[in-house]
This record gives sequence, structure tokens and C-alpha cells, in this order.
Amino acid sequence: MTKMDKASAFSRRAVLKAGGAVVVSVGMPIALDTVLGIDAALAQGARPPVTPDQLSSYIAVNANGSVSAFFGKQDLAQGLYTAIGQIVAEELDVPFKSVTVIMGNTATSVNQGGASGSTGIQMGGKQMRMAAAEARRVLVEMAAGKLGVPADKLKVTDGVVSDGSKSVSYAELIGGQYFNVQLQWNKEVGNTLYAPGKAQPKKPSEYKIVGQPLRREDIAPKVYCQQDYVTDVKVPGMLHGRVIRPPVAGATPATIDEGSIKSIPGVRVVRDKDLVGVVADNEWNAIKAAQALKVEWSAATPAFLDNAAATYDHIRKAPVRHRMVEKENGNVDEAFRSAARVIEAEYEWPFQSHASMGPGCGVVQVKNGEATVWTGSPKPHYCRDGVAAILNLPPEKVEAHSLAGSGAYGRNDAGDACMEAAVLSRAVGAPVRVQYMRAQGTGWDPKGPASIHRARAAVDASDKIFAYEFVSKGFSRIDVNSNESKPWDQLAGHLLGVSLKSGDGFGTPAESYEFDNKRLSWETIAPLLDRASPLRTSHLRDPVGPQIHFASESFVDEVAAALNVDPVEFRLRHVKDARDIALIKAAAEKAGWQPRPSPRHDQTGAKVSGRGIAYSQRGGTRVAIVAEVDIDRTTGKIWARKFTVAHDCGLIINPRGLTQTIEGNVIQGISRTLWEEVAFDRRNVTSVDWLTYPILDITETPERVDVVLLNHPEIAPSGAGEPSIRPMAAAIANAIFDATGVRLRRVPFSPDRVKAALS
Amino acid sequence: MARITLDVNGSAHTIDADPDMPLLYALRNDLGLNNPHFGCGLAQCGACTVHIDGQAVRSCITPVSAVGNGKVVTLAGLGTPEKPHPIQAAYVEEEVPQCGYCINGWIMTAAALLNRVKKPTDAQIKDALTGLKCRCGTHMSILRAVKRAAEMMG
Repeated sequence: MTKMDKASAFSRRAVLKAGGAVVVSVGMPIALDTVLGIDAALAQGARPPVTPDQLSSYIAVNANGSVSAFFGKQDLAQGLYTAIGQIVAEELDVPFKSVTVIMGNTATSVNQGGASGSTGIQMGGKQMRMAAAEARRVLVEMAAGKLGVPADKLKVTDGVVSDGSKSVSYAELIGGQYFNVQLQWNKEVGNTLYAPGKAQPKKPSEYKIVGQPLRREDIAPKVYCQQDYVTDVKVPGMLHGRVIRPPVAGATPATIDEGSIKSIPGVRVVRDKDLVGVVADNEWNAIKAAQALKVEWSAATPAFLDNAAATYDHIRKAPVRHRMVEKENGNVDEAFRSAARVIEAEYEWPFQSHASMGPGCGVVQVKNGEATVWTGSPKPHYCRDGVAAILNLPPEKVEAHSLAGSGAYGRNDAGDACMEAAVLSRAVGAPVRVQYMRAQGTGWDPKGPASIHRARAAVDASDKIFAYEFVSKGFSRIDVNSNESKPWDQLAGHLLGVSLKSGDGFGTPAESYEFDNKRLSWETIAPLLDRASPLRTSHLRDPVGPQIHFASESFVDEVAAALNVDPVEFRLRHVKDARDIALIKAAAEKAGWQPRPSPRHDQTGAKVSGRGIAYSQRGGTRVAIVAEVDIDRTTGKIWARKFTVAHDCGLIINPRGLTQTIEGNVIQGISRTLWEEVAFDRRNVTSVDWLTYPILDITETPERVDVVLLNHPEIAPSGAGEPSIRPMAAAIANAIFDATGVRLRRVPFSPDRVKAALS
Repeated sequence: MARITLDVNGSAHTIDADPDMPLLYALRNDLGLNNPHFGCGLAQCGACTVHIDGQAVRSCITPVSAVGNGKVVTLAGLGTPEKPHPIQAAYVEEEVPQCGYCINGWIMTAAALLNRVKKPTDAQIKDALTGLKCRCGTHMSILRAVKRAAEMMG
């Protein structure tokens, strides 16, 4: 038994209609007593429909008393399986080991939004808690009837209901059968789906399993090669597909010289409108053919800018497409007119790439008006919807199996690969596995948006800040949506002629600074290319959070320095939320923060050090980070040497998993701050591999990351997957300022740029 | 096409393949060994790393015809839950991976180092691992695991 059955090898539809199973080489040790039993039940029509209003859609007790939890979100390998297992086991009063979380398959779970917005525990876990609590309530009522004892006299221990003398187990009550219990569904699908029953969940003071640092069970299968990834799926008759991208973004295929690959055996060229690909029974032949195929492309006007550095002037000058004031109090414009002095600054953040370790990969079988998808998408239900849309099939005719993919931190290219595999499969009448090449993964995945941020503070004659304004202007976070369910949000959709419906979204700083007059707003601009663009922008870990808070928390530091106030002291003066205050104090105390204004003036020589703090909120979670960095002035090289992270996400489900999740955020945050920038020229993106899109190397690892977890059992858990990457860039920038007196206002802080700034 | 015999994880396998085809595809598709991953095809990330005669090698750029009599060991051949290589045991103990797509590079490269150097210094560990990629940012726990494995190996 394992906590992490992702891939049922058996398709509900295949079982129902073909009387057999699709044979897939997914090697996860499937818990046959649960999954097979459930599929058999489905085949017999014994399971109620998998709809959000049914308890059976979330919880089942198997014949042996073990519990299956069907979860419609997705663990992007930060331990969510474990946390959900803890929550379910806690509410049901069963051992943690007896719970199996079955995640992401469209046939066995409802759409709870997939991996999205750090809501796995916050919203997905909330629903699983309520479902498990309801299951316990129903089981205790059943036991009361069976034992002839009032329900309030019964206790449950390890799945056995007892009054002290008589007892009955969950397995005896319902094992192997599904609940037939209606929930109060709020009629929403995705992250906001909520369907409680009549039960009240436990009080946090009663928790025995929630809050424990239980270990992950999904590690060993990876280390011992017992778990297959989506890249490893093999379906009988499966062909290998590769797609061809144009040298100039926006160009379309004019002519294809199929003779150019005639020496490569077993290859077919597929063209469906502007989507060009090859399929072959041998993967290496598909790769060779994709490289060798001669395609004449239409003359396309290069749509991009001279280089990435030109991004910021473009943003400054570009017409505002949408403007949103998210927070305003007082009269900001009038206040600035009466200021004794105004402090202002502008910050810049580049396009960044998901650059997943493995380029996007998906397997799709289109057959007889139905489709089966094997996907590593963070949002398998939406991926199912997207494949259905691109194939013009009803969603119920498409089933998506969710398997481990290479890491995704928002919307990467995993879904796009499935859509293109679907088009190729439809064309050749066989299952097709598409895997992108590295250049396509980095070059053509959805990007995090580039932006500029302007901040200003009005200061009166007594050095009081009485007005603050912060405006972001940039490309939209939803130029293509964060899920791939609509054809206009997919590369394949654009290539088949569907027009982009570019959405408008950005954000504002999340903090509790109070000023008499304050305005936070954002503005979006149009994309550089409105179809099949390698610079289409979407969600990359903590969408627009790192850029906004790089700017806002750098600016707070600039104001503190201008007023000659210690950066921690300055924040504590203006932050009004009690949890924020406790958090900032906790970070400073753990880091051994010595109060003084920045910058320090006591260092000479090439190598200097500094410390900086930044803090932010995100969806209820708060993070404060102290960075300590070393800088070599002669090379411009920065070593982000030590971090102290104070983290408050309400109730902590698993402190061990949380700590490692924070560590991952810190490392990725350093990487995005010091190294990451998508390069391009007028024709196309030129960041196409790890040399042209460098990330943080192991030799640059901090020597220490201290994590202070502030647990609030009385406060419902909020997210942790992303909040701690949010203040990273500002913490580092503020430490660099402390060390050097130089303020870096453009990310990344690559050595050449730092050296130039310091000279 | 050529008939090529490979010694992989202690067994001989004969395949018909394009001699220029990288070893990675022979392992994954002809031999059905899924553990080495395609990450870049450019020897820039390490996700495809295997041992050939004890050396960590990027199988994505190694022509299958160049392996010759070399003894290939993949992550699956390095150890088992019952008989793990110390670096595998340390990886589980430290709960290193997030997505885990990169682990062939880190584990196979670290194993080659630890088989060569007893009690490596922090600098030796980082030098051996430099250039490998992990996008999830598990760097801290990777280093903890390699040090733990070094201690286990005495």
C-alpha cells in the first residue's frame, strides 16, 4: 500500500466497453485490492457517478478496511499526498498507513482544480477534511444502528467503532461498498469546489495525525525506479511524434519537402493547418526526421524586440490595455501635491521560463470518437477538457490518466504536448507520444510575464510617510490562461486557426503597510505576438508575485534607507497585521539581526557582505525572509549565502514537508533572482537550453537555510507551495544594497550586470 | 542499422540499432529501462546519466556504438530497496526529490564520486556535481544526502 497511487492502469471506459484493460507500462505498484476493485465496481455500475455532490466521489472504504481518498487536485511533488492522507486519516480516525490517496485521474476524481495557486491543502484539503468527517459521521450512525447504541456513546479507534464493550469495524460496516450520501455541493468546479456534509470536523486540539512530521512515501519509488513518469508510458501500437517549430515566431508552413526525410525509415509527416509534425515507430527516427525535414515557412514580420533589454522601454511606451486599481484609501494625488519630498523608483523584471527538467510530454490515443490521454499536466481535468476541445469531442468521451511529470510550477508545456499529441494521433490513427526537444521546452513553453513597477512615497517635513503609490505595468499573467482547457489557450489551438483571446491579469503587493493615502494598481499591455507565441505569458510559480514584491519590498527598503531607519524597524512601524508583526520579529530574531540603517559603511576591499529583509503575504500565508549575501566586486559574482525564513500558513499539516517545500522555494527564488532571463531577438526566443537559460548551480547553494515555522492551529491552513518564493528577490536585493550601497532595480543580478552596477 | 550487444545491469542485450543513436534511446526503448530520462539531449543537465565502467556518462550524447564492451549500470542497477547503494538510502532518508526527474544525474554522479573518493570534502562534492540541473531546487537536500552517504560508506 502506498500513499500515492496516481495511475490506475485500468480505464473505466475500456473496462466498460471493451471488457478489458488498456495495457500500459505504468510500473507503479498499483494497490490492486483497491484500484482494481474500484474499477470492477465501476464496470458493474456499482459506483455512484463521480460527481461533486457524492461522498463516494471522495472517500471509499475497501473490503479490507483500508481507505481510498479520491483527490481532484495534484501533488507537484511537495508532499501533498502525505498531507491529504494525514487530513483524511485524522478525520476518519483510521491509521495514516491505511489511507491511499488516488489523485488526478479524471475517471476517479472530480475536478478540484489540479495544482493551482498553492491551494492543495487550503482548498483541496478543506474539501477532503469535510468529506472524511462526513464519512466518519455516517459510519458511526451505521454502527449505532448495528450495535443498538446511541451514536454519541460511540468512539472510533483505528477504524473500529466501539462503546467500550461492543464494536464493529468500518470494513464490516461498508467495506467494499460505496457510500450513498449526498453532500451540499456549492455547484462550483475547480479550486473553489466545496461540498460539505452534515458533520463537524474535529477541533485542532484533538489532532493526533495532522501536524506530525510524517515521511513521504513517494520518494523510494522514484529512487528505486519503481515509478514511471508520463514519459515512460507505452501503449500498444504507439508511435513517437515530434513537432516542428518555425524559425521566426508567427511564421506558418508554406511547403514541406517530404523527400528530405525519405532516407529515414518508417516516418510519416503530419500537417494539420499550421501544425507540422512527424511520427515514427522508432523514437530516434522521429527525432532525426524532425531535424531533417525541410519546411519552407511563410515570410513573417519579426514580431519581437531587438533584445530582452528593450523589453522595458517597450512596456513603458505600450498603450495600457487594461487598468485596475485594487486598493485605494485617502486622496493619493492630492497628498503627493503637498509632499515635502517624494521618494520614487522604478524596477524591472524579465520574461522567465518554466524550463521544466523534462520538456513537455504526453501520450494520446484517439480512437472511435473517443480519446485517452496520459498526461503529466498539473491540471489533468483541464487537460482532458482541452484535448476534448481540440478534437471537437464531448469531455465525457475523453479520459485523462495523470502520471508524474517533470516538475511544473504553474502552467508549463505539459498540456500543450498533449494537445499536439492528440492532433497527431487523430491524423495517423494510432496512439502518439509527443515529447518536445529541449529547445522547444525552454524556447516555446509559456513564460512568466515581464514587467516594470513604479513606486513613490510622499514624505512630510517631519519625515513621516503620508502617501504611497505602487503601479505595475506589464504583460498579462493570463495572456494564455493558467489551464489549457480552451483551444485559444493552447499552441495547438492557435496552429489550427483559433484566435488568441488574451486575458488581462496582474496583481498588487500583498502586505499590511498602512499609510493615510495609499493606492495599489496594475496595468497590462498587449502581447508582442498574438498567435502561437513563444513569449505567450501565463502562470509561473507565484504568478507575478516575485516581480511585484521584488519592487515593493525593495522600495520599502529604499524609503527606510532614505530616512536612515533600520529596515526591520521601518517595517514594524508601518505593518499593522499582528501576524505580520510576529513574523517579521521572528525572522529578525532567528537571523540575529542587529538594528542599524542600510547600507553598512565598514567594508573595504573586493569582497563584501550584507543582509536584507523582505516580507509579503499570499492568500493568507505570510513569509518574512532575511538574506545574507557575499559579493565579489571584481567579478560581480553573488553568493546568496544564508537565508532565514519565518513562515506562517495557519495550521501546519506536516512540518517536515513544509520545511522542504520552503527550501525549494528559496533555491528557485535565488535562481530566478540571480540568473533567469529569457533572451530573444526580433525573430524568436533565443533561450533554448541550459547554456542560454542558466539556473542556479549546485556550487551556488546557500550554506544554510533556517526555517522558523509559526504554527496557528486555530487558523485554517493557507497555501505553502509558492508564498516563500515571493519575497526572495527583494531580500537579496536589499542585502546587496546593504553590502555595497548600490541599488539593483533590474532582475536578474547576473555577474556582468552586478559588476557594471558596482563600477 | 547495426547489431549491437550491450552489457547493462549485468545482463547482455543484443539490439538492432542505428549506430549513431544515443545510448539513452536503446536503454529506454529497446531495453525498456525507463529510469534514465531525456532532459536536454545536449549533455547539459544529467537526467540521462548512467555508469559505463564506473564512470558517470551522459547517455543522451553517447552513441550506442561507442559503448563497446563497457559495463553499463543504470539507476535501476545501482541498488534495490533490499540492497540499496548508500546514496539511494540517503536519498530516501533525506527525502530529496520533488519531481525526481533529475535524480539519475545526481545519484549516478554522486555514486561515481563516492566510489572513487572516500569522505569527500564539501568542495569536492560540489565540484563533482557542478553542471547537473535540478529545477525544483532540491540543492540543499541533495548535498545533505551526499554527505550522509559518504558517512555511511565510512
